[in-house]
Order: sequence, then C-alpha cells, then structure tokens
Amino acid sequence: MTLIMNNETVIAKTRQSRTIGRDLTGIGAILAVAVVGYFLFPDNLALLTRIIAIALLVLSLDLVTGYCGVATLGHAALFGSGAYAAGIAAAHYGITSPLLMTLAGILGGAIAGLICGVIILRAHGLPQLVLSISLIYLFHEFANKASSWTGGSDGLSGISPDPLFGTYEFDLWGQTAYIFGVFLLLSVFVLLRVLVRSPFGMLCRGIKEDPLRIMAMGASPKITLIKMYVISGAVAGVGGALNAISTQVVGLDSLSFTQSAEALVMLVLGGTGSLFGALMGTLVFMLFEDYVSAANPFHWLTMVGVLLIAVVLFAPKGLYGTAAGFIARRLEKRT
Amino acid sequence: MSAVFDVLNLKKSFSGLTVTNDVSLSMAPGDRVALIGPNGAGKTTFVNLVTGNLRPDSGEVCLNGETVTKIDAIGRVRRGLVRSFQVTRLFQDMTPAEHVALAILQRGGRAGKMFGNFLSMPNVMDEVSALLAKLGLADLMHRRVSEIAYGQQRLLEIAMALALKPKVLLLDEPAAGVPQSDTGRIEQALADLPADLAVLMIEHDMDLVFRFAKRVIVLAAGTIIFDGSPADVTKDAAVREAYLGSYANANHAA
Repeated sequence: MTLIMNNETVIAKTRQSRTIGRDLTGIGAILAVAVVGYFLFPDNLALLTRIIAIALLVLSLDLVTGYCGVATLGHAALFGSGAYAAGIAAAHYGITSPLLMTLAGILGGAIAGLICGVIILRAHGLPQLVLSISLIYLFHEFANKASSWTGGSDGLSGISPDPLFGTYEFDLWGQTAYIFGVFLLLSVFVLLRVLVRSPFGMLCRGIKEDPLRIMAMGASPKITLIKMYVISGAVAGVGGALNAISTQVVGLDSLSFTQSAEALVMLVLGGTGSLFGALMGTLVFMLFEDYVSAANPFHWLTMVGVLLIAVVLFAPKGLYGTAAGFIARRLEKRT
Repeated sequence: MSAVFDVLNLKKSFSGLTVTNDVSLSMAPGDRVALIGPNGAGKTTFVNLVTGNLRPDSGEVCLNGETVTKIDAIGRVRRGLVRSFQVTRLFQDMTPAEHVALAILQRGGRAGKMFGNFLSMPNVMDEVSALLAKLGLADLMHRRVSEIAYGQQRLLEIAMALALKPKVLLLDEPAAGVPQSDTGRIEQALADLPADLAVLMIEHDMDLVFRFAKRVIVLAAGTIIFDGSPADVTKDAAVREAYLGSYANANHAA
C-alpha cells in the first residue's frame, strides 16, 4: 500500500512537472512567435496586434465552447463590448490610461458575458445557437442605435490613449501597441493555464461531457457555466480593449455576426478545448487570410473555404489537436 | 435507531397512468435494503422521485428528519443523498484520480476553486489514493477512464459516490453489465461500504440481493407488495404472483 502510494506520488509529481514544462513551452512559443513576427513584419505590426486581439477573442470562445461545450455564434458580443467600453471610457470620460482602458474593457466584456451567459445557457443545442445569434444582432443594433455614445455606423473615434507608463507612446508604427499586446496575451495565457487545470476547470470539462453526472455530485452546471461566461467575457474584453487602444477607433464590425463566426472557424481550425489550439488557429487563419487576399484578391475567400474543408475532413481535431495526437502516438511507440 | 431516510405516501402519474402509487419506506443508518421488482414496476421512477429528478404529485421525501420534497436534486446530494447510475456515467477523458478528487473537492465546497491543482493538494491526494486503493484501482488512478475495463469503471462509480461521504446511497444495479469474473470485486466493495451508511440497492440479480441485503422491498405496478427479510420474500404469494405473472405474460407473448 505504502509502495503504491509512493509510486502514485511520483506519477503525480511527474505529471505536474510535465504540465509546468508545457506552460513554459507555451510561454516560450508565444514569445518566439512574437519576436519572429516583429522581425518578419516590421512594417505590419498593426496586423500582428490585430491577430493578438482576435487570439484573445478565440481563447475566450474556447473557454465556453471548447472547455464547456456551449454552442455560440455570438461571441463577438463580448469582444465588441470590451472594445466599446474601453473606447467610451477614453472618448467620453477622458480615461486614457491604457491600463485603465484595458480594465474598462475587462469590465465591459465581463458584464456582456454575464448577460449573454444568463440568456444563452437557458437553452441547449440548436436553440442555444439561435439565442446566441439573436444576441449578437441585438448587441450590434444597440450599438448602432446608441450613436451618441458609440458613433453608430461611423464608428467611435476620438480615442487617444496616453503613453504606456507615461513613456511609450502608441505611435503610428504600432510598436508600443504590439509589445503591449504580447504582454496582455502572455498574462492572459498564464492565467488561463492556471484556470483550466484548477478544480473549476475540471468541473467545466465534466459539465461538457455530462452535466447530469455533475449534478449528481452536488455541483450546479448552470452557476459554473455562468461564472465561465463572465471569465470568458473578461478575456474577450481584453482583446476588445487592445483593439480599441491599438486602432484608436471602434467600429460596429467588432460586434458583428461575421466576427463571431470567424472566431469559431479559427477555433475549429486550431482545435477546440486547448489554449494552444485557439492560438494556432487564429495565427494560421489570419496570416493565411492576409497572404491569400493580397495574392489573389478575387478568389481568396474560395481558398480560405478550401483550407477549412481540408482541415475539417483530414484533421477533425484541428491543426493543434491533430499534431499533438500524432506526436503523442510517436512518443508512445518509442516507449 | 432513528430514520435517516423516509419516504411517505409518494405518488406519481404520467398522463393518467399511475407509476408510483402511495409508496412509503423508512431506512436507518447502516440499513442494507434491496429494491426489486419485475420490469415496468416503477423502480426507476421511484429513484428519480427520491433523488429529485422528478417531482411527485403528492407525498414527502425526508432526509435526516428534514423534508426535502421541494429541494432540487443538487440540494439533496449536498444533504447526503447520493446515487450511482445503472449505466456508468463517467468522464471519458478524465482519470479515476480526477473523478474522485472532483467529488472530494465538491464535498468540501472547493470544486469552484479557480487556482491550484488537486495533484498538489496533499490532503485531497491522500484521500484519493486511499479510496482508490481500497477499491483496487490504485494502479489505474492516472489512466484515462476510456482505457480502463467496465468492471473497474463500475468500481469507480462507487468510489465517486463514497467520496461524497453520503448518508444514504442509492445503487442502481451496481453489477449490471459486468463480466462474471469481475462481480466478486464489486460484491467485495459492497460488503466494505461504511457500516453507518444506509444503502438502497436496485438489483435484478437475485444472488447478489440475497448476499447483500438484510431487507428486501418488492415493487410491482408502482406499489410495494412486500417489505421484509430475504428469507421470506420467495415464500410470499403476492411476490410469486407478480414475478410469475410477468413470466407467464412473457411466455404468452413469445
């Protein structure tokens, strides 16, 4: 018995150190890609910052769809709310500190997350999907109508963030915004890694598979999922705020159905239920879209469609999921 | 000893068809009761009424003297009424250790904790290891559930239920679908259940019923037709009628 326990302690410790290893690899990979991106596209840092903002949206979507199994096509509501909250704080209330704007974005996203969560989680399956679509249209229309606050279809302008820490200006080349974005992404990534392997993360995985079983353990799936929606809103809000800070304008497209659907496509492309998958999906989709749309402005959407069909047919677990599965099988064979 | 679990005059009908008709029973800590009955007797409905998954038309369910009829399924679990399922409902991508840890954390109100990992919580891990070792699952604790045998999955169901430290445990056919070679392990687990736990087992396997139960309740057409010792159940005329009647009908239909 003691022997078994000791053995188990060793296995538990090995597992823990493996997880920490994966965390460090993840941080290293994000930093490495960020540095490579900086040197490969020095003139297009705005695109890279936009990729980071959307990556935050896709990570946020992964929390509710990948980890909890909630079907939604309206997740940009959380991203857009964060963007508008940060933008309105700056344009109407003079809160121009980038850190406070980010905080406003987090709050805006979290509140939108709470509203969407309470409504969407009343249904399951297709009705849930329809509710999410209705919500994104309502959010969009609300932002369109409240034009004195949001600028309506002209977009919200007049956002001029202060220099970061009073020193680094958000200049035309977008260096500060990019580095700020990388910092935000790394912080969110680390926090989410902690979250997804916490007891709460485990509970969410359980709910995704069998909510009735979780109820039979005395836990409430609904309250857990609403909490996750609020967290997801905060993460999307960070992305929205980053977008508002870096582009200094917030448009209705940030609250659109198209943006929501694209985020879902990126998540499926990378692989659901994995933070690495969300990041990889966003990066590949947005770079591919940027490259193909420049190379062939007439047929680029067709090529994006073909890429997606290929991934769904030949790598149904997404790019990351398939690659990770392949590597795991190879390692297993070797041992 | 005072009752830990009381069911009083429970009734339930579906579109005019009475499925549970005036069922009452009482259990004290340490009771080992088997609930049997022919197919369609209303056993599953009874379990769902007791656990709070269905609302009764009338009647009361009491736990430790508290009336819980209006309390939902989650509230009843938190008050100590725990069930296992006829077909295992486990999380295929999780390990046995994760299952049991989640139940232990939930029992302590810590399943919503957003940081930390149970692997680094010594008190949780000690309890997980001890419980899984007791059920012979120690070697598999870090394997995925999808990789372990069905009999072991059934043991894990029992481990999860025990991790919640219930006062009343409802076991829904704990040995169903388990190969003959593994039933011994499950019977051992049932024999090792805590002495002060009140256990109500729904079971078809009469050998298991006779070995496990000190009291047998027979349900037929939604009504209790027998409540007494295992020795008397086979002699009871109403029970024979209920079982033979269903056999006769089955033969006739065939």
